[in-house]
Amino acid sequence: MFKLRCDGVEIVVAEGTSVAAALLGAGVSRFRSSVTGEARGPLCGMGVCMECRVTIDGVGHRLACQTMCRAGMEIMTT
Amino acid sequence: MKFDVAILGAGPAGLAAARAAGRRSASVALIDDNVTAGGQIWRGAPRIAVPTGVRFFPQTRVFDLRPGFMLLTESHGAMEASRLILATGARELLLPFPGWTVPGVFGAGGLQALVKSGLPVGGKRVMVAGSGPLLVAVAAALRTAGARVVGITEQVPLGRIVPFLAKYPAKLPQAFALRARLLGVPYWTGTWPVRFDEGMVTLSGGRTVAVDYLACGFGLVPNTEAAQLLGCRLDGGFVAVDSRQETSVAGVYCAGEPTGIGGLDKALEDGERAGAAATGQAVNPSRGAFVRDLAAAFHLDPRLFDLAEPSTVVCRCEDVALGTLRPYREWREAKLMTRCGMGPCQGRICGPITNCLLGWSAESVRRPLVPVAAELLSKDVLQP
Repeated sequence: MFKLRCDGVEIVVAEGTSVAAALLGAGVSRFRSSVTGEARGPLCGMGVCMECRVTIDGVGHRLACQTMCRAGMEIMTT
Repeated sequence: MKFDVAILGAGPAGLAAARAAGRRSASVALIDDNVTAGGQIWRGAPRIAVPTGVRFFPQTRVFDLRPGFMLLTESHGAMEASRLILATGARELLLPFPGWTVPGVFGAGGLQALVKSGLPVGGKRVMVAGSGPLLVAVAAALRTAGARVVGITEQVPLGRIVPFLAKYPAKLPQAFALRARLLGVPYWTGTWPVRFDEGMVTLSGGRTVAVDYLACGFGLVPNTEAAQLLGCRLDGGFVAVDSRQETSVAGVYCAGEPTGIGGLDKALEDGERAGAAATGQAVNPSRGAFVRDLAAAFHLDPRLFDLAEPSTVVCRCEDVALGTLRPYREWREAKLMTRCGMGPCQGRICGPITNCLLGWSAESVRRPLVPVAAELLSKDVLQP
C-alpha cells in the first residue's frame, strides 16, 4: 500500500491499481468537465473514449484508466 | 529497432500469433497499449505467456503506420518491421440514452476492466445491460468481486438465444457455468435501459431499479483503424483477409475481432494462422459460421436506436446532441458544422453511434491514430 493525492486529498492505494480505479474507489466520480461543463468519468476502461482524462504530476490529458498509480503521484481532476 | 514481424495487440490473437511466429527464429515485436499482456479478456492474466525471444513492448501506443513498414510510437520512437500482424481487438458499442453520460454509467467490459485494475465493487449495486455473451461473463466477474448484481438486461428475446446455444453445444458448459455463478440474479431478455437518473435505471417496460453503477455494452465494434490507415480493404466493416489471414495489403495480416466478432476461440485460431503465415509456415484452414451466427443471434433491436432524445449528447468529446446532428445528411458535413467526432476519441465512440442512429459511415482514418503531444510529431526520435 502507498499514498498519492487527488485534488489535495490523500488516497491510500494497493500496488497494481490504475489511477481510474483508485479515484473511483476513493469516491471521486467527476474526473473532468466536458466542453459544456458536464461531469464526466471513466466509461470504456480501455483507453479509447478519453473520458477519464486527468492531470498527473502536472501533465494534462493523461488517461486515468491506462496509468498505474505510483507513490506520491499528484492527480488533479479537471 | 528492426523486426521481421511486428504484432499490434497482445490479446489472445496477438499472443497466439507471437507464439506461432516464435516457433520460427524470427525476430518478433509484440506491442500493446496496456500495462500487461492479455488484452481485454485476459487482462493481466494471459493464458498464453509472451514467448521467450519475443520482444514485448507494454504501454506502447502506435500512433502512425507507414508502408514498408514503419511504426511510430510514443515511448519507443520509430520501429521497422518486414511484416505486420494487426491484432487490435474490439471496443464496446455504446448507445446513447438519457443519462448515459452521467458518471456511474460504464461500458460493461469497461467496468470489468476497472475492477481488474483495482476498483473495489464490494456491496455495490450494479446492473449489467446491453447485448451479447459478454454481459453474462461481466456479471459473473462482478459478482465474484463482491458486487450485488441487481440484474442483467439482454436486448435479445430469449427465443433467439436458445437456438443459438443449441447450435453450439460446445459453448454450453461455459454458459451454464457462468449462469451457476449468477444464481438469483434476474436475466431480463428483450429488455434494455431507457433512462438513467439519480442512481435509478428505468428499463423498457417501465421497471425501475436503483443502482450504484450501470454497466452497458451493446456488442463489439472492431478496431479497424490501424488496418484502414495502411489501406487494407474492409468488407462489411471488418478487415478483409484471405485463408492465411493476409489483408489486401501484402505483408499485413489481421487476426481476431477486427476480421469478425467471434470471441476467444476464433481469436486464438486466427492468431495462430497469422503468426504462422507471416513466418512462412503452413496454416490450418479457418472455420467460419460462428461469426455469422453470433451476429445474427445478437442482432440489435432498432428500437435501441430511438432511446436518445434531441438533447441527449451523442459526441461526448464535443458535447454534440442528437438534435444538433439531425439536420445533417452525412458524417463529414456534421463534423464540419458541429465538431461531432472531432474530439480526442476521434469518433471511436460516436462514429458507431451515428452509424446506428443516423446511418452515417465514417470515411478515411487519419494520422495520428491516437492523440499525441505535438512536440512528438516533430522530434528526431521518430527517424529510424
